[in-house]
Amino acid sequence: MMTDLRSLYEEVILDHNRNPRNFQHAPPAANHVAHGYNPLCGDELSVSLRLENGIVTDIGFDGAGCAIATASASLMTESIKGKTVEEAKALFESVHEMLTQQGSAGDLGKLQVLVGVREYPARVKCATLAWHTLQAALRKEQGTVSTE
Amino acid sequence: MTPAREILLHTVPVDVFDTERIRSDFPALHQAVHGQPLVYLDNAATTQKPLKVIEVLDSYYRNDNANVHRGVHALSERATAAYEAAREKVRKFLNAQSPQELVFVRGTTEAINLVAQSWGRANLRPNDEVVITETEHHSNIVPWQMLCGQTGAKLRVVPAEDNGELSVERYAQILGERTRLVAVSHCSNALGTINPVKQMISLAHETGAVVLVDGAQAVPHLAVDVRDLDCDFYAFSGHKLYGPTGIGVLYAKMALLQDMPPYQGGGEMVKHVSFDHAIYHDPPLRFEAGTPNIAGAIGLGAAIDYVDAVGIEAIGRHEQDLLARATAAMAGMPGLRIIGTAPEKTGILSFVLQNIHAHDVGTILDMQGVAVRVGHHCAIPVMQRYQVPATARASFALYNTREEVDVLVAAVYRAKEVFG
Repeated sequence: MMTDLRSLYEEVILDHNRNPRNFQHAPPAANHVAHGYNPLCGDELSVSLRLENGIVTDIGFDGAGCAIATASASLMTESIKGKTVEEAKALFESVHEMLTQQGSAGDLGKLQVLVGVREYPARVKCATLAWHTLQAALRKEQGTVSTE
Repeated sequence: MTPAREILLHTVPVDVFDTERIRSDFPALHQAVHGQPLVYLDNAATTQKPLKVIEVLDSYYRNDNANVHRGVHALSERATAAYEAAREKVRKFLNAQSPQELVFVRGTTEAINLVAQSWGRANLRPNDEVVITETEHHSNIVPWQMLCGQTGAKLRVVPAEDNGELSVERYAQILGERTRLVAVSHCSNALGTINPVKQMISLAHETGAVVLVDGAQAVPHLAVDVRDLDCDFYAFSGHKLYGPTGIGVLYAKMALLQDMPPYQGGGEMVKHVSFDHAIYHDPPLRFEAGTPNIAGAIGLGAAIDYVDAVGIEAIGRHEQDLLARATAAMAGMPGLRIIGTAPEKTGILSFVLQNIHAHDVGTILDMQGVAVRVGHHCAIPVMQRYQVPATARASFALYNTREEVDVLVAAVYRAKEVFG
């Protein structure tokens, strides 16, 4: 049973929850910001980033959520930094596919630790919140994006 | 006294609560979840159903299914008799004066909306005041907000104390000559606090206001006597009382019901219809437009029989024993904070763990077979009041055991282990 638990709460996830990367980091001269909210559980986070010549040069997040939401956001900021908008969108698609469909979405590197979440349908939205918020920020949408 | 209760009283000593026997009445309890025996502690959300209730629903659909108050044929007469017998069981359960004071609705939420839209819209004027409390469920907030938007009345909120209690003094300060209606939960769903509703009703009546009591979290745990409380409206849901979903009750004093306009229009609620006008039925049928949840009402009646046979006082004592055991174990846990520590509580234990979000607690407990509710419990203002994003809530029912409390406590310790 503890083994099952570890399939969701992998050490990497626990680590990123304890010490989230790029957390409460507001990139200087951030030009894309969005706020995400999951009304089902009250998780809230904001993503802010600096986009220069189509490349995400800096990114940070803030907010409060469960370990899955926090670790997913932390891992996301790490993997998005330095990516083009197109690459970021492609990564979003791959992560979304990994979380919602059976079968492999290809090698996602470190992000692969999130794969355990798809066995817990009630928790998938925790993992996707940061990614939806990133999408909203890249589209430069104003206001709050909701998982519902 | 029902025969079932007689048997129970003669075979079980008063102070021994036979949970093993009770558990054998609830089929859903006997299953494994993630390879572990189910420990169902989400009873404040909904309770499991005893065989008697399941059998009554089955039997109704197999043998008696017909529409009520319409036919002259045998099945319709049987269905009508069973439906109205259920109303009488509710009357006895709440000690209402007449079965005509009880309206069958979908649940507590619909009961509150009915009062807001029928009584409220007919009686509220701009700048009148509706008083609620900070610990209400969304279902006892939003209908009043909507009503205030429609009528120009104002919503006033009684603040909650740090331990989850309501201060009668602060409540009395908010009551005034503009207060037309007070809506308060008998017991808080997020915290478990048993509110001093009798005193609050008496104070409201002194100012001329009417009082609606949301009893959804009270009727499964304590004896409710609407005439002793002297409440004007009392609402509860069947599914939290071991009955089916989709059935609930609004109690209202007959004098109020008689003056209230219909909530919905349709069949069953009218005596006569022409294209010029309709003549409405007397209560309660005036408020039961359309084919009601007949099976649900009959199932609720069976649930009330079940609770009566065990005895609501005995149920309450048993749940208090479980609450005390859980509270004692949890209170000593490092990094755990209990939200809601009023001296008078039903069997609800809401808690947060330092550095572990409630949703992670919920998943880790579920993996160990323990079902609790995590989240804001449809009471976001309560979460804001106690400055937590969400809590985990264990809620006890008559079939829970001390061993299950111990499993819960061990499972919470394990959650702490996982998160280091």
